[in-house]
Amino acid sequence: MATVDLQIHSHEVHAHDHHEHHEQSFIRKYIFSEDHKIIAKQFLISGMFWAILGGGMSMLFRLQLGFPDANLDWLKPLLGEWIENGKMNPEFYLALVTMHGTIMVFFVLTAGLSGTFSNFLIPLQIGARDMASGFLNMLSYWFFFASSVIMFVSIFIETGPASGGWVIYPPLSALPQAMSGSGLGMTLWLCSMSLFIVSSLLGSINYITTVINLRTKGMSFLRLPLTIWAFLITAIIGVLSFPVLFSAALLLIFDRSFGTSFYLSEIYIAGEALHNVGGSPVLFQHLFWFLGHPEVYIVLLPALGITSEIIATNSRKPIFGYKAMIGSILGIAFLSFIVWAHHMFVTGMNPFLGSIFMLLTLVIAVPSAVKAFNYIATLWRGNIVFTPAMLFSIGLVSYFISGGLTGLILGNAALDIQLHDTYFVVAHFHLVMGTASFFGMVAGIYHWFPKMFGRMMDARLGYIHFWFTFIGAYLVFFPMHYIGIAGFPRRYYSHTGFDAFSTFTDLNQFISVAAFLTFAVQFLFLFNFIYSIFKGRKASSNPWYSNTLEWTTPVNPGHGNWPGEVPTVYRWPYDYSKVGADDDFIPQNVPLSATLSSNLEHEKDLQKVEQIDISSPNAQ
Amino acid sequence: MSTRDEIESVEDNGVSLSMNPKKFILWLFIVSIVMIFVSLTSAYIVRQAEGNWKLFELPSIFLYSTIVLLMSSATMHWGYVNAKNDELQKLKIAIGSSLFLGILFLWMQMEGWKELVSNNIFFSFSNPSEAFLYVLTGLHAFHLVSGLIFIIIVLISSFKHNIHAKNLAQYEICLTYWHFLDGLWLYLYIFLMINR
Repeated sequence: MATVDLQIHSHEVHAHDHHEHHEQSFIRKYIFSEDHKIIAKQFLISGMFWAILGGGMSMLFRLQLGFPDANLDWLKPLLGEWIENGKMNPEFYLALVTMHGTIMVFFVLTAGLSGTFSNFLIPLQIGARDMASGFLNMLSYWFFFASSVIMFVSIFIETGPASGGWVIYPPLSALPQAMSGSGLGMTLWLCSMSLFIVSSLLGSINYITTVINLRTKGMSFLRLPLTIWAFLITAIIGVLSFPVLFSAALLLIFDRSFGTSFYLSEIYIAGEALHNVGGSPVLFQHLFWFLGHPEVYIVLLPALGITSEIIATNSRKPIFGYKAMIGSILGIAFLSFIVWAHHMFVTGMNPFLGSIFMLLTLVIAVPSAVKAFNYIATLWRGNIVFTPAMLFSIGLVSYFISGGLTGLILGNAALDIQLHDTYFVVAHFHLVMGTASFFGMVAGIYHWFPKMFGRMMDARLGYIHFWFTFIGAYLVFFPMHYIGIAGFPRRYYSHTGFDAFSTFTDLNQFISVAAFLTFAVQFLFLFNFIYSIFKGRKASSNPWYSNTLEWTTPVNPGHGNWPGEVPTVYRWPYDYSKVGADDDFIPQNVPLSATLSSNLEHEKDLQKVEQIDISSPNAQ
Repeated sequence: MSTRDEIESVEDNGVSLSMNPKKFILWLFIVSIVMIFVSLTSAYIVRQAEGNWKLFELPSIFLYSTIVLLMSSATMHWGYVNAKNDELQKLKIAIGSSLFLGILFLWMQMEGWKELVSNNIFFSFSNPSEAFLYVLTGLHAFHLVSGLIFIIIVLISSFKHNIHAKNLAQYEICLTYWHFLDGLWLYLYIFLMINR
């Protein structure tokens, strides 16, 4: 029996792949698809849906903050019972803040950003037919979808969604008696986030495996585009940090529903002592921020990777300091795991421990500054093409610097004690993580839209979108520094109750108006996006004259990405404006033997090796 | 075989393919499971350092369950040797006995929890030291169930004669996972003995 089996096994192994052979049904092709490009688009559309919802929520609470005395009865058709006597219910305000944070950090800037661009670009840029496991990739999206449905449902339940802030600190989040959002809303939040963690892990594991195992011939690690480096490191951070969030959430679930006391101790509610003894709420903060801080870089690094690629392409110059860029990504990733306690300077930690975390935190400024410097040096005296993607990338650099500088202030334990949980923090992370990553995402959409949909987005609408968003976001977040320095705390429903803060009423109004305008402009982008999918100008296969492999595919790459053989890679991705070359760009799949006039000294040696490879009969 | 697979099997000879991607995926899964247990055992140590920590004896049956689990790892490895030598009958016995020993281990863990309960060590309404024990052993048992499901799948393929010297990948992945679960339990057992 065994001998017979030896012949047939190769068919058996691939039996589960058989369905790809046939013409695919609509459901297999567009819904339960295993093709990385379709999955990327699914993540993109879902991310955009969540961005509108999360952004819309911020409009509601900006309304409350900017105009605390206004009559909000006109919102009753939308919010129903959450508007009481023309006022927003304070607990609903907290729910809005919580949901805004959760949605933006996880659903938009993690799933929407990594999910879209890692899925779309990794196989295309490394020269692979698809992800290592299309099936796991599909599961990753559908776990995200299930998680999205649960989170979405939680918004509509009677007791309201989770309201304890996106960081869900116990005991507030652990006790249903604490606030109405900590009841069913919190349970749904935890269910949703558990599924989200599964989705994120499946995705990350796939990204890492694909980058390491499925690179095309010649695509060594030092020839990878910086986008791929950023996605790879992001995925590694995800694999190491999301399980820790899972542990934190698991213990919280046990505390909430199974009567354990991991985070709860000696609590009295309405004069009655709870049974919980011996728990430690700070333990949750340690576990949470061990994910929470790397999560910041999970959000930011893909945006930085996208920006590196776009800035080099549109400056028509090699990226400045390619290896330094890789080194700084690695440095940031490493440091991100040993700085979590800087979120906890006010938990009464040992001051010596605080100094260590402060030192480590400030060290992050070094790789960050290297990145900022390299972007600027790449732009310097470049032959810049101002596409909308390029403008958004430059915008990212601006936000990365202005938001990063305040990080140095907040990283100082002594200063943080004054600024902790004020609008200064809100301003800091919205600039450096929120807006910067959002700009990276939008830049990526403008840049890779032609490859995704085979058409171009309208550039003029893109310029309008950029300038209004760029100026608008600064107008929103810059004044928050002042309010924060004055001590105005975040998450407060109303500031009119305190004399000290009533002087900021007009500044708050100003912020709100700027926020409304900035949000409104995003619909222009949405219109541009949807319109261009159907009616946009037809794209050429390489509209930006870029070097990376995705532009060697047909305009609309089919299943398997390249109709013929996968191209071989002969050079790094940044040969722009090379002296002696015919064109100002040399794609990665052009052999050195085809560019004799522009080869550098060390490339002449490489070229000889390359020719031996080609001429030898055993060459692959 | 689909056209895409044909293309890929030709291109598989490329230089960059250093490891079977499915095996690589397994290792990354293992990394994420490790992170769960690293974070929980770190939380255990941090919480223990704060005091108010109830001391109690581990169930004595855990020692025997550890031995059983080690034996199941050994039988899995014996199966691997058999598969390499195309001894398919012995392979089935090996996988079957690993499955049996795995289930036996789970049953012994259950007995251990019963012993704890009879000693008034509870999961709910108790000191975190007690709850942590249930979380660590329970989460390990949960992962072990996933390993048993994998073993059942491998057992079925062994009955279909799909595992032999020239087709070891699936078995190797299962073997690695099972050894990992074994090592994980060993770590937890030693950790709990040292940090009671």
